[in-house]
This record gives sequence, structure tokens and C-alpha cells, in this order.
Amino acid sequence: MPLYVGTRKGLFIIDEGRWTIGKPHFLGDPVSAVLPQGGSIYAALNLGHFGVKLHRSDNRGDSWTEVATPAYPAKPEGTDDKVPWKLVQVWTLEGAGKDLWAGTIPGGLFHSSDRGESWTLVRSLWDRKERSEWFGGGYDQPGIHSICLNGKQITIAISCGGTWQSADGGASWQLAGRGLYAEFMPPERRDDPNIQDVHRLAQCPSQPDVFWAQHHNGVFRSSDGAASFQEIKAIAPSKFGFAVTVHPKKGDTAWFVPAVKDECRVPVDAKLVVARTRDGGKSFSVLRKGLPQESAYDLVYRHGLDVDATGNRLAFGSTTGGLWLSEDQGDSWRCLSQHLPPIHCVRFG
Amino acid sequence: MPRVVFTSHLQRHVDCAESEVSAATVGAALDAVFRAQPRVRGYVLDEQGELRQHVFIFVDGRRAGLGDAVRGESAIHVLQALTGG
Repeated sequence: MPLYVGTRKGLFIIDEGRWTIGKPHFLGDPVSAVLPQGGSIYAALNLGHFGVKLHRSDNRGDSWTEVATPAYPAKPEGTDDKVPWKLVQVWTLEGAGKDLWAGTIPGGLFHSSDRGESWTLVRSLWDRKERSEWFGGGYDQPGIHSICLNGKQITIAISCGGTWQSADGGASWQLAGRGLYAEFMPPERRDDPNIQDVHRLAQCPSQPDVFWAQHHNGVFRSSDGAASFQEIKAIAPSKFGFAVTVHPKKGDTAWFVPAVKDECRVPVDAKLVVARTRDGGKSFSVLRKGLPQESAYDLVYRHGLDVDATGNRLAFGSTTGGLWLSEDQGDSWRCLSQHLPPIHCVRFG
Repeated sequence: MPRVVFTSHLQRHVDCAESEVSAATVGAALDAVFRAQPRVRGYVLDEQGELRQHVFIFVDGRRAGLGDAVRGESAIHVLQALTGG
């Protein structure tokens, strides 16, 4: 199963086994999201000057075809919506069967059922009045960065717009995420589920009632299908971070890459570590074997950590171009490169 | 007829050879190019039909907008702002 690494300056497809970096795709162009799905690979580019583009390869990256880019409709006249109805970035791509989903900045969810040849804005979410309360986290506009698919159930997380869930394939939506709190907000809004800044949301495929959230101010877990979350205070060495991934079969096992705190986004004591729990967050192991333990200033973004379908192999990539692989659930790590461009996303598939 | 010239940076992404079109404004000239080469549109304009924020247009050496007039012998250059690292 190859490893896909989307970076600020290209996409790298790294074959299993030798794990050598190989030739880049889209060299020089920012790759914001990548999805292997149905025998194809989808790559979202953010070309800056020339906008967001989406490409698909049907031959494992030998060649790429530009497909349709999600596009916002015209903003209705007279609306007081302050958000420009313009695509800023495809922040995440997910797929199940023929359905492709794109989470975007400024907060729209898009659906395609024809392999990216056309996209439709999910108006049942976009037209919710609660969207006016969302705001940007890290970007000027709010964005959907996590899409968890489980049959007809779709659960998404928005920075900063909380956790939303559909039980009917996206036809209707309910605000979820009771119990999340935002300590940076005024007290009156601290517990409002609609403004929470979940940095990354992960659902256990085999235990879909179990969700893990790396939130702006801590780690949370849900065991009731994201309806409510409980804070996990045992996380070490710190509670701040962006990435989380969960074991595909064991909902009590999850991994994080902590950083010092909001205003100092570097590893604690300049030692890069991964935090793992195997008991649902009651305790954590701080894993450091094979990771730099001196003068390391790597930050791992939301999509920069992934686990494969076995639950044994993990990879993560950093803003300073470091890429590491573990074949033993994180007990030990092997550096695949220290010199890649800043890494946006890593993904097995 | 006005001549439309795209930056080589854009030609890296999409085929957009220099062309001559019959048009009285910058917008009309670009529309003529987009009719012949539909993929170019999304690189120059956003989904609302507005010039992308970091795409600049010069007509005969002066910054111009989509509504500005062009003459028969005008050269319309479509460039990108130089930002980032």
C-alpha cells in the first residue's frame, strides 16, 4: 500500500517496501489534499495566483488529468453573508464507493458521484443559518478539514464551526459535539458547539461510535457517535496539536503529535514525539525511538499523520519536511526524509 | 486585432498560446480566448467571473481591469503577481 505525501511543492508517491521518495508529481505546486479511491488518485492543488485545481490519475500517477474543481454558486443579492462565495482551498478529500466529498475553505462541503467530473455544493449544510457564526481558524475563512464517512452517516469538523453530522447521506444536518469547549472564547460562548475549533476529527471504522478529536485546547473522545465528547486530560507531553489518527479496529487506540501550545507551535523541549493511548485515553505512551530528540522544531499539520488499514503502520510528516514511518504502532520510527518541502498531508491507500 | 499574451507561468499549467481576438474591452478579449480555450478561464477568473486576486492585466503597459477598453493594435498581457517563496 503506497504512502501519498502532499507538500507545499508537490506530491510524492512512496511505494511500500523500499520507501524511497521517488519522483515528484506537480513539482513546485502546493498539494493541499490527496485521496486514493476506487483505483484512482485525486490530488487537490492550490496554485495561489491561478486558483484551486483538482487532478485525477487512473494509472497510479503515471499521468494526470485535470477534472472539475468545486465551485461556489453566485451569492444571492441582498444577503448579509460576509463570506465570499469563492473557493479558497480544498482542505480534505474523502471517498466511499462512488461518492467523493471535498471539504473546503470557506466552509462548503461538495459532493461528486462521477469521479470528480462535476461537483455539487451541499446546500443543506451551506444554507444553515448557524454558518454565519463560523469563523476562520488559521485561515481568513472557516473551513471543513475532516469528513468521516460511515454508510449514510457523515460527520464533519470545521475550524471554527464545530462538529456537524448527517444521518441521511448529507440531506440534513445536526450540530453535534456537546462537551467540547473553547477556553479562548468569552465565557458566554465557551461551550457553544457551533464555534468549536476541532483541529482534526477521526472516527474508528470498526467502532463508528468512537471519535477522537484534537481540539484547539485539548484532546477529546466520544463514545456515542460524536453526540458528546469527554476531555482526555492524560495526553502527554502537552495537549495542543493538530493531528490525530485512530486504529482502524480498536477504538481505544489513537495517536497524536503534541506541540507546546497555541502560541508556540513546536515540539515540547524541541524533542519530536508521538503520543499513543491504547486504553481510550486513560493513559498515554510518549513514543520517541527514532525521532529527533534535539533541536527539533517540526510541527505536524491536521492531515500530516495517518495509520494504514492494519493499524500497525503509521507515517507522519512535518512542516520542516521531515517524514517518518513506523511499522510497530509507533514504538519505533524510521526517517524517510528530512528534506521534503513542508508537508501538508500524508495518507496510506 | 488586440493581441492576448499569457505569462509563461500559466502556460506551465494550461495551454494558452498567444492569440489575436476581435474585442473592444479586456473582458471581451478574454471571453474570446476562453471560448476557444475553455480551460484557461478558471485560471484567470474565479467562479464568480472576477479576475483572480493575484492575476494582473496590463494593456499596452498599463494596469487594466476587465471593463477597460482596448484598441485594435493593443497588447493585453495577463501576468501573475510575484509573491510567495
